[in-house]
Amino acid sequence: MKVTDKDVAYVADLANLELTEEEHAGMLRDLNSILEYVDRLNELDTSDVPPMAQVSDRYGVDEAKQGSARFAYASRKDVLEGLRKSLPHEEALANAPDADEDFFRVPKVIER
Amino acid sequence: MDLTSLTIDAARSAVQERKTTALALTEAHYARIKQEDGQIGAFLTLSKERALEQADRIDRMAAEGKTLPPLGGVPVGIKDVMSTRGVRTTAGSKILEKYIPPYDCTAVARMEEAGAVVLGKMNCDEFAMGSSNENSAYHPVRNPRDLSRVPGGSSGGSAAAVAADMAVVTLGSDTGGSIRQPAAFCGVVGLMPTYGRVSRYGLIAFASSLDHIGPLAKTVRDAAIVLRTIAGRDPMDSTSADVPVPDYVAELDKPVRGMKLGVAKEYFGEGLDDEVRQAMESAIDKLKSVGCEIVPVSLPHTPYAIPTYYLIATAEASSNLARYDGVRYSHRARGVKTLSEMYRRSRDEGFGAEVKRRIMLGTYALSAGYYDAYYLKAQKVRTLLTRDFDEAFRKVDAIVTPTSPTAAFRLGEKSNDPLSMYLADIYTVTADLAGIPGISMPCGETKEKLPIGLQILGKHFDEGSILRVAHAYEQVA
Repeated sequence: MKVTDKDVAYVADLANLELTEEEHAGMLRDLNSILEYVDRLNELDTSDVPPMAQVSDRYGVDEAKQGSARFAYASRKDVLEGLRKSLPHEEALANAPDADEDFFRVPKVIER
Repeated sequence: MDLTSLTIDAARSAVQERKTTALALTEAHYARIKQEDGQIGAFLTLSKERALEQADRIDRMAAEGKTLPPLGGVPVGIKDVMSTRGVRTTAGSKILEKYIPPYDCTAVARMEEAGAVVLGKMNCDEFAMGSSNENSAYHPVRNPRDLSRVPGGSSGGSAAAVAADMAVVTLGSDTGGSIRQPAAFCGVVGLMPTYGRVSRYGLIAFASSLDHIGPLAKTVRDAAIVLRTIAGRDPMDSTSADVPVPDYVAELDKPVRGMKLGVAKEYFGEGLDDEVRQAMESAIDKLKSVGCEIVPVSLPHTPYAIPTYYLIATAEASSNLARYDGVRYSHRARGVKTLSEMYRRSRDEGFGAEVKRRIMLGTYALSAGYYDAYYLKAQKVRTLLTRDFDEAFRKVDAIVTPTSPTAAFRLGEKSNDPLSMYLADIYTVTADLAGIPGISMPCGETKEKLPIGLQILGKHFDEGSILRVAHAYEQVA
């Protein structure tokens, strides 16, 4: 067993998930079974292999440039209402479970 | 004229030539949905008002003798992970049960600008996480070819609707095989374009370095027409590539004689069903008969693709799904006293079992002490998998493989074993990881009359070649 009860509780906490006792037990079983399978990656020596985060730095970019300069085509001027108009207040709040006319409303953040 | 069995060109011409109307086409599809979808379950939401408005616009154009755009009057369905202004968009999740997006996904907007009539939103696995559509929080989708079987996933509704003539074409999304595997299971064409070929603006994010939008269609030509419509740079998505869009439809008629097609032994190993293997062999013979040359290639890291995929996809998902906090637009639990309790209870009530499992796995893979061992390791193996393809594509123009190791399985068959479900994507995840395009084509059926899929993988931004091979195969199949 790689993942312990304590790990499951810790990770659920990081992920802001509240698991029932039953869900907790299932998660312990599933995570261990998946991670056992995932362990086959250790058969590969990757000490000289660079990590790959995405593929988009290979196409449509200025190949002479490095890092974020390669994506210069994707940048735009930082101007008010650059690509689209900001959502009107009312629309931005329309899907909120709880809001007043100006703000999203949430339960108390600071306990007194 | 049977209004629900038309291709894009046939439907558009019929409206253009006033043999029918966009309104009649739309109503015929809604009637078909009413008749069939009770048992299939492909649609989650119908957008009748929007559809009728668009049909009317197209009919007025036709009446005025104007040339209709390429999808003029064509009824389509949109996977419910793509935002539609004013039309509920759930991602197959209870956490977005009441979500009405304030804007349109670029791909959807481009479809409508090209004249498509959006009938409604297609059922899918919750947040596109699944290979059978059984993870939809609303109801499963059944395979139109055999109602006891799954349609595949996660774009199960998109595939089933095309297979059952409830839409001419649909849009799906593919992160690990979610367009191609359901296309194979339902016997339709499914195309995943190159990473960055189609804007993801307005696509509800699952794993951002792997998510793609693409069409499910009755013919290769229809898939090419849709790709031509939705492809191209979009300033609203910084990952959409600044690469010119060729006329994919014109590509179809170019000759395939002399094209080199790779066959990799790693895609024909243990776990491949015998009937699928036989269908592949006969498909490869047909490709030879139209003049393609078959070349053996090796993709040695293929056995490591599934573990790599499940670490990277879940890590990215755990981050993307952090936004569902019950504050701005998602479900909020009742009777909570503190903010922290609200986050936890809302997410617990709103997310289904597989989504929680993936958030947990991804959070674990990113957590302190495990990042290097899991996430970073997977990113390195992703490089190796991509190099495999780079190497193979020095020798060949495209690679042919089975889309899935088996035909459609039964509902419930794999739902209690996450790992066996993940292995259903064994031949499709590699293309997502490498960012290359892939198409799944119907290539015969099993003795039980279940469709089998042939997958054709291509070089980055070379959708033209795989469409051409697929089209040539379609003519002789």
